[in-house]
Amino acid sequence: MSRAVSPAEQFDDIEQQSGAATFGMWVFLATEVLFFGVLFAAYAYCRVQDPQGFVLASRHTDLLLGGIESVILLLSAAAAAWATALLRRDENRASAALLWCAAGLGALFMALHLYEYWKDYGEGLVPGLRFTYTGLHAQTVERFYALYYAMTLVHLLHLLIGIVLLAFYAREVRRQRIGAAYASPVMCVALYWDFVDMVWIFLFPMLYLLDRS
Amino acid sequence: MPHADSPASFLDTPTGFRSWLLTHDHKRIGILYAIAITAFFFVGGAAAVLIRTELATPQGDVLTADGYNEAFTVHGVVMVWFFLIPSIPSVLGNILLPLMLGARDLAFPRLNLASWYLYALGGIFTIACLIAGGADTGWTFYTPFSTLFSNSNVLLVVVGVFIVGFSSILTGLNFIVTIHRMRAPGMHWFRMPLFAWTMYATSLVMILATPVLSMTLVLIGLERVFGVGIFDPALGGDPLLFQHLFWFYSHPAVYIMVLPAMGVVSEIIPCFVRKRIFGYRFMIYSIMAIAIVGFFVWGHHMFVSGQSMYAGIVFSLLSFVVAIPSAIKVFNWTATLYKGSITFEAPMLYALGFVGLFLLGGLTGLFLAATALDVHLTDTYFVVAHFHYIMVGGAVMAYMGGIHFWWPKVTGRLYPEAWARFAAILMFFGFNFTFLPQFVLGFLGMPRRYHSYDPEFGLLNAFSSGGAAVLATAYLLPLGYLSWSLFYGARSPANPWAATGLEWQTSSPPPTHNFLETPRVDGGPYEYSPSQAEAEAEARA
Ligand code: HEM
Ligand SMILES: [Cu+2]
Repeated sequence: MSRAVSPAEQFDDIEQQSGAATFGMWVFLATEVLFFGVLFAAYAYCRVQDPQGFVLASRHTDLLLGGIESVILLLSAAAAAWATALLRRDENRASAALLWCAAGLGALFMALHLYEYWKDYGEGLVPGLRFTYTGLHAQTVERFYALYYAMTLVHLLHLLIGIVLLAFYAREVRRQRIGAAYASPVMCVALYWDFVDMVWIFLFPMLYLLDRS
Repeated sequence: MPHADSPASFLDTPTGFRSWLLTHDHKRIGILYAIAITAFFFVGGAAAVLIRTELATPQGDVLTADGYNEAFTVHGVVMVWFFLIPSIPSVLGNILLPLMLGARDLAFPRLNLASWYLYALGGIFTIACLIAGGADTGWTFYTPFSTLFSNSNVLLVVVGVFIVGFSSILTGLNFIVTIHRMRAPGMHWFRMPLFAWTMYATSLVMILATPVLSMTLVLIGLERVFGVGIFDPALGGDPLLFQHLFWFYSHPAVYIMVLPAMGVVSEIIPCFVRKRIFGYRFMIYSIMAIAIVGFFVWGHHMFVSGQSMYAGIVFSLLSFVVAIPSAIKVFNWTATLYKGSITFEAPMLYALGFVGLFLLGGLTGLFLAATALDVHLTDTYFVVAHFHYIMVGGAVMAYMGGIHFWWPKVTGRLYPEAWARFAAILMFFGFNFTFLPQFVLGFLGMPRRYHSYDPEFGLLNAFSSGGAAVLATAYLLPLGYLSWSLFYGARSPANPWAATGLEWQTSSPPPTHNFLETPRVDGGPYEYSPSQAEAEAEARA
């Protein structure tokens, strides 16, 4: 079902509006790259200062959980991408189901990650709240965990926003308020969601894998 | 009252307070910004008055040492983030960019309004910090000042600056998308006015540099609240990391302040010279070069910080490189003047003032970029004079010039020319009177950021404080006569300067959607011709 959609008053036609929306999302993602970039730069800077400390610290992260989380997030990204493809072919029901699916997997990721936080708390690895590690390179380990929390919390905040958006648009798509005639809001959300995923694809090796033996 | 033959202007309809506070019209949002930043200009100005009063005499008698620290912190924070960064982009850019491109509005009008509210919210936090007792870290928030050694008010102002950062990110995003997607038919990239190009370059810097500051401020917040050591040496952190991140934003940020000023001046000069701008394409290349190279010179703020010698050398060389495109622009403005038929209306006086003061500011930047000389000059009044020449002498002059130039377009009224010329000249002299002595003071070794100083520096400081009084008067004048002209000024025709550029082709003030018919563009932006100038001269004679 495809309805004619009229553009917002500042645009000449719906193509111009779609183009502006998608392009705007790309520009926004450029901002996000630099926003996360600070954390990556800080990580590199600190790691160079005490590589051993970082290796020691990363041994305390949960590789298995991290791995499962990565797979979940990849599946979720695939679902979101597939949903936009279906929406463009006017298959609203299937598209909405996939958007729900993407949101659900995102929520599962969050739950698992919060569980990791809880475990860290038990092991005394949360700087500022409960940090009891006193082994070798203790100060660096604390810095590692400070960065770990800064990075993953900012990432979780992005996930939360993404989940809300995915759920919102799943409803809109299901109720036929958005369709093939003007699909860019959903495409923008999917773009954003893929970006949030990509960030994790970098975080995972940095925090869990690098030099771990 | 709209004229019979012109459509209802954006100022007249719709009416009511709500229609302004909920407007999506880029011109109205520009006016909201103008009001807000003017208010902050006077907050920052009040702090400046305190600073110069304290420094009028060598003894620390007006303020305590702490009070002085708070005064220059408020002054810096407010002037940088709440006045200068939003000044030309958010006021003039907001109003003019769609007009210059032949568009009905920016690409995302609601986002535009949201950015104004973010600005206001950030402002509230900053004022709250002031009321709670102020912060004393300087505008640079260096750690460990901002973490270990300061009271918790610093958190309020950090939140304020964090929020206002998103306002400039959203403005930048909106401008970039608008320039890419909303140009009128025939408006190629190389037919855009230079002001639009500077908005483009500035927006790029806004969206790529500002998030770095935002995240750095988040880390400061985490460090303060949870006591984790990222920047704080006592906790195993590294203050140099903070400085790198801060200047990675703040050097490009100085170009957020000066590129738009260059854009304004590039519109004004050809109009009052009645000639095409000299080297249009080279102007564009240098605008883009400044924006890009500006990302790689931040280390010149850290020559004495203990960064490696090699870093120092590379940053020094790159700082010399970034001066080249600035110099090209100065040459091109000068070449535009050559054999032009120049008239000296107020906007032109401001523009010429800009060129002179920017030249001095830029050249002294080269002194500071020389590593050996900088060891002597860093953290002295020489640096203070350097950046005030560019930021106040340059950017504020250009902002004033732009306000006067486009005043008839936006308000539909003419301002009183004699008063405006007087204010422009007074501002130029007041400015030099205030800041020229500071170059000498810095060269003689007077350090910045102290409330008392050696008596031998007394005379020059007294000069500087006297000049500040003149400058303050010069800033108050436009507030008076421009407000007056809103009610009593003569009605302006659509194009009082006989200027080229799309914004002059619609009525003054323009209708809500700018143009009754989308314009078609079939030529460059500065089609001024000598024959037109001759005809005008004859008409005048
Ligand atoms: C023409 C190229 C420029 C060069 C080579 C240059 C060079 C420098 C250098 C080397 C410093 C560090 C001085 C020190 O701390 O010892 C400096 C400081 C500064 N410059 Fe520039 N500059 C240039 C243009 C600008 C522009 C266009 C602006 C502003 C619109 C500006 C604003 C500042 C500010 C705000 C500071 C001082 C920051 C602080 O310590 O509080 N500069 N400049
Ligand atoms: Cu700099």
